[in-house]
Amino acid sequence: MKTSLPIFLAVFVALGASFGGFVAGSVSQLGTAKQAIVLNSTEIYPVQRTGHATLGLQVYRANGCAVCHTEQVRQDGMTCDLVLMGGGKNTAAVNKALAEINPGNGGFTTNELPKTILRGVTKEVADVAADKITTAGGKAEIHINAIGSDISRGWGVRRSVAADYLWDYPVQLGNLRAGPDLADIGARMADEATQLRHLYAPSAVAPKSAMPPFRYLFETRKMIGNVPSPDAVAMPQGVVAAGYEVIPSEDAKNLAAYLLSLRIEVPLYEAPFTPAVSAPAPAETK
Amino acid sequence: MNVNEQKLCTVSEIDASCRVPLLPLFGGAALWLVVGLALSIVASLTFHKPDLFANCAWLTYGRVQPAANDLILYGFCVPMALGVMLWVFARLSQMPVCQPLLVIAGSNLWHLGVLAGTLAILAGESTGFTWLEYPRAAAVLLFFGFVLAAIAIFATFGWRHHRELHVSHWFLLAALLWFPWIYGAANFFLVISPVRGAAQAVIDWWFTNNFVYVWLTLVGIGTAFYFLPKFAGRMLYNHYLALFAFWTLIISATWCGIPQGAAVPAWLPALSTVGSVLLIVPIVSIARITCKTVCGSNAHCKGGPFCYIKFGTVAFLLSSLMYIVQGCPHMSRFVEFTWFTQAQAQFQILGFFAVVMLGSAYEILPKVMGFELTYPKWVRFQHWFFIGGLALLVGSLAVAGVVQGVKLAGGAAFADVTSSTLMAFRFSTTGLLLLLIGSLMFFANVFSMTAKWKWGLMKSCIALVKGPAATGEVRS
Repeated sequence: MKTSLPIFLAVFVALGASFGGFVAGSVSQLGTAKQAIVLNSTEIYPVQRTGHATLGLQVYRANGCAVCHTEQVRQDGMTCDLVLMGGGKNTAAVNKALAEINPGNGGFTTNELPKTILRGVTKEVADVAADKITTAGGKAEIHINAIGSDISRGWGVRRSVAADYLWDYPVQLGNLRAGPDLADIGARMADEATQLRHLYAPSAVAPKSAMPPFRYLFETRKMIGNVPSPDAVAMPQGVVAAGYEVIPSEDAKNLAAYLLSLRIEVPLYEAPFTPAVSAPAPAETK
Repeated sequence: MNVNEQKLCTVSEIDASCRVPLLPLFGGAALWLVVGLALSIVASLTFHKPDLFANCAWLTYGRVQPAANDLILYGFCVPMALGVMLWVFARLSQMPVCQPLLVIAGSNLWHLGVLAGTLAILAGESTGFTWLEYPRAAAVLLFFGFVLAAIAIFATFGWRHHRELHVSHWFLLAALLWFPWIYGAANFFLVISPVRGAAQAVIDWWFTNNFVYVWLTLVGIGTAFYFLPKFAGRMLYNHYLALFAFWTLIISATWCGIPQGAAVPAWLPALSTVGSVLLIVPIVSIARITCKTVCGSNAHCKGGPFCYIKFGTVAFLLSSLMYIVQGCPHMSRFVEFTWFTQAQAQFQILGFFAVVMLGSAYEILPKVMGFELTYPKWVRFQHWFFIGGLALLVGSLAVAGVVQGVKLAGGAAFADVTSSTLMAFRFSTTGLLLLLIGSLMFFANVFSMTAKWKWGLMKSCIALVKGPAATGEVRS
């Protein structure tokens, strides 16, 4: 080989292919994404974060929170529960169907409805069983649960999907869990004062925490007349010296607003689940 | 000038032409390596005492750690790579460096960019994208700095005496084209004209993989394939296998890097799995070429540059295996988002690339400067410090990562998972300390040699001024 042309071509083909796939491909698929519709609802998702939360994302970026925290919940799969919602008129037929589905179930009485008949089965099994109940005149619902180690840890009710980050810049999914995943922290720690307390003194809220305190986002100042000012964050005993109070800066409040806005709470087409408290029961029915 | 009219240059002429452009590249790199490792130690202190920098925004972990990583990658690795490429190309072309001024200008722009970027990260102006934290102004300096230096290296390549290409040419030329493309594209889509939503994360992973894995591999292996046969006193084993390794590497490795559990459409991590599995082919080829070239040769390395490059190549093979583990769905379940991935990145950057570059620099420096290293014994000491430091750093983080992954998957309480990794940080901080001591030895060698050369220059200038007038003047 005497010219460098083959090398140019090699780079063009190899890097060009991966550029086309990962950069152009993801830009055309994800970069043009629009809001999704929440499953079994007419609401759109995601809605823009509040102004404070949007500013808080910049505090999150500037202080490198994503170096230690991911914002992506993983999921291994899903299971279905079959829930009997109504017995219909022919109770005997429904009871017979129930016994066929699972001999251990026994019958049902109206006041124990809704009653879970099957737990943790595949969609196919649940579909067949739901069919039997419907044929017998009963009413059954299939509830979908996401499963996985992140989800059983309480880090979210479903996996994170690309739609969760539609409005964010920069999108910081993170590569390391030196600290817990934050995709759903707004639901786990739903109180602004707790968030601020945790930022000021992590180990006071989460014992044995390895997180560095972000005291530079707060002002620790002497109380005037031993009365805390309205802005002060209440701290547990021993965190600040007696007679002192902790005032969060704008950055701290914005960061807390951003953390509170991190929630995974709606089911989407690509990540379905049945919300735990379903007042109008929007779950998938057969 | 026509190629046929060029007169052959002697080796010492070629080496001397590299001296002025190489010094700013190597000197700056040596400084950034020391500063980067020192900042890494500062960052790791947070794990020993979390509230150490609670009142200091500039030294908080989330700023210092990326600043340290970027200093080592951008500040040390890239200038060293440019310097070594320049020398290797001049030697392979049997011609002096073409346009050395461009290299000097480029390296100064580059170092200025690194300085600006580091200060920006510490001040909280990072872009927030992993391995791409330098903000726009610094990124522009880096881009043009690289392009200027690359033009000079290309020109030196184009001037070559023998038209036939060496194996190293493929790897190094590809690397020269690679960097502007990935750095330009990633900055364009993430910083200059940001795309919407999760595509940002995908582009960042694409860039990280193509830079930290592919680019470093192209330069490091290209350099190793130049030096290993020279040190071993043999030909490189099987030219065609090397070409095969090059092709399979750039075709498969470019697709790696998307974490298996990432919150993106499933086809992206699936493609990464395919790339990771195919990566076994070039890794085995490179292992075979290295082994057949080096094993059984009579050359003894005695802790010198040969040792460095052999060690670096072995580190490359191990870090690649770790990388493949990360790409396979069943195994990555336990290691993704843990310290294991950090251990792999450190191994790739410090264990493989930095060691190959340091070995090359110790080989190149005496030739280029025209005198011996100031502290030749320190080369061997540094080698041992680096082996010890890397074993502690990478070993402890990798073990911590696996423990962390298994415990997280098993449902242990998060605080227990964190505290079970604390022991590893004692080892990893010690490892970083050893690496810092080693890098100080490199720093001392580079700077004492530069000082000696400049002192020599100054003395000859003074002698010129003070000396008797030239005979020509007297006559007239």
